[in-house]
Amino acid sequence: MHGLQAPPLLTLRGVSKRFPTGTLAVEGVDLSLARGDFLALLGPSGCGKSTLLRMIAGLIEPTAGEISFPADREARRSIGFVFQEPTLMPWATALRNVALPLELSGMRRRQAEERAAAMLQRVGLAGFERAYPRALSGGMKMRVSIARALVTNPRLLLMDEPFAALDEITRFRLNNDLLALWQAERFTVVFVTHSVFESVFLAERIVVMAPRPGRIVAELRIPPEDRALPEFRTSATYAAHCREVSHALERAMAEG
Amino acid sequence: MSTALRREPRWVRWVAPLIVGLLALGSWEWAVRAYEVPPYILPGPVLIGQTLLRDWGTLSTSLWVTLQITFAALAVAATLGLALAVLFAQSRAIEISLFPYAVILQVTPIVAIAPLIIIWADDVRLALLICAWIVAFFPILSNTTVGLNSADANLQDLFRLYGATRWQVLTRLRLPSAMPFFLAGLRISGGLALIGAIVAEFVAGTGGRASGLAYRILEAGYQLQIPRMFAALVLVSATGIAIFGALSWLSYLLLRRWHESAGAGESG
Repeated sequence: MHGLQAPPLLTLRGVSKRFPTGTLAVEGVDLSLARGDFLALLGPSGCGKSTLLRMIAGLIEPTAGEISFPADREARRSIGFVFQEPTLMPWATALRNVALPLELSGMRRRQAEERAAAMLQRVGLAGFERAYPRALSGGMKMRVSIARALVTNPRLLLMDEPFAALDEITRFRLNNDLLALWQAERFTVVFVTHSVFESVFLAERIVVMAPRPGRIVAELRIPPEDRALPEFRTSATYAAHCREVSHALERAMAEG
Repeated sequence: MSTALRREPRWVRWVAPLIVGLLALGSWEWAVRAYEVPPYILPGPVLIGQTLLRDWGTLSTSLWVTLQITFAALAVAATLGLALAVLFAQSRAIEISLFPYAVILQVTPIVAIAPLIIIWADDVRLALLICAWIVAFFPILSNTTVGLNSADANLQDLFRLYGATRWQVLTRLRLPSAMPFFLAGLRISGGLALIGAIVAEFVAGTGGRASGLAYRILEAGYQLQIPRMFAALVLVSATGIAIFGALSWLSYLLLRRWHESAGAGESG
């Protein structure tokens, strides 16, 4: 749908990771990601999805295979990462936390803070610039974390179960807001989750992984016209997709 | 989390220990008078207070000397402790090679090596400063070393992801992470610097105008001026408490916005 002629943003070929302990965390992963994709990596604990995400980020090296950015070599250095925990600097205000990536890349403090303030507004945190993380709720901290990941306008946004530790209501709101932000700006996302419902709601492409060793066993697509339905999350179409994805996940577990 | 704690009114925390203290002092004074204990055995608190006021001229000069040595030693200990901890944090090899010597310095009794230092150093006050520094230096070094290595692993990954330089990681991540640890070390070292300064002066036993409180205690002991000895002792204790209080306050000021250890009273 993005045109066959355009080279993919990210390509993984035969990517494997064996830890020094001997555990084969990821085996033979082939994956290709087009610009603007929202891809969910879905699987049970221990299926290597976080390891895969960290390899894409360049935080750990694969033991075999190749990770490349065919469309744009610079993309490797333009990655935003959202961890499972907010991972904020407790000694810095929300504004200073969001400004960090810009300042690390050498931007002047004032300019960085201006852009950080604008970004905080986009994630719904206008007025909380001077708040320290300790004074923010779990959901707000996660919003700061997302703002920090997006402030550099990254070519690729990697999210590692970012809402897993939040309560249901907060997670719903953050899912809505993340989706709205993505629809407005169309950045490229790889979103790791173990929630079927979350993956169906957020992603266009759902890649199902199985454990021991971690590998891809299925890929499903949620058609854009379904996602565009009003009240998608309460629709029968949504429920049908969830069922389909759940079955794929169950088959994956049975195989493993 | 504070809901589980039974909270008493703020004034109770001041008044309760104060009442205990006054009762103890009152009984002490009463016992000294009732049993007619001579002042050269045990002076009463009133006499000690009077002596403190009468000898304030000499005692305050000595207090000033002791304070100068204490704070100079603390400043050097903080600077060198921090600098060495940063050096350790740069390379595991440096840390492994040097840390045992810092431990040796720490476990060697200061009373045992003070005479040597006094012989080697030209100036007595320099010798006292070195002794106080040796005692005060280790808690800052070991605490800050732990602190520098305790930066959140995910934050370290984040800095790597954004290609942060070593300098950026140090100044923006590791030093702020180490701050609460450094301040906790500083609080311990404040008291230790005072003890080091006093102990070293006991060993040196130097007199003259430029002598500190320890010498006043020795001198009063030789002359059997026990009330004066007690007065000097009171000053030493009060100084120790004041140093601890001041450093705790500094720590609170620096950490209250973000660190759990300084969170109490924030909501009030």
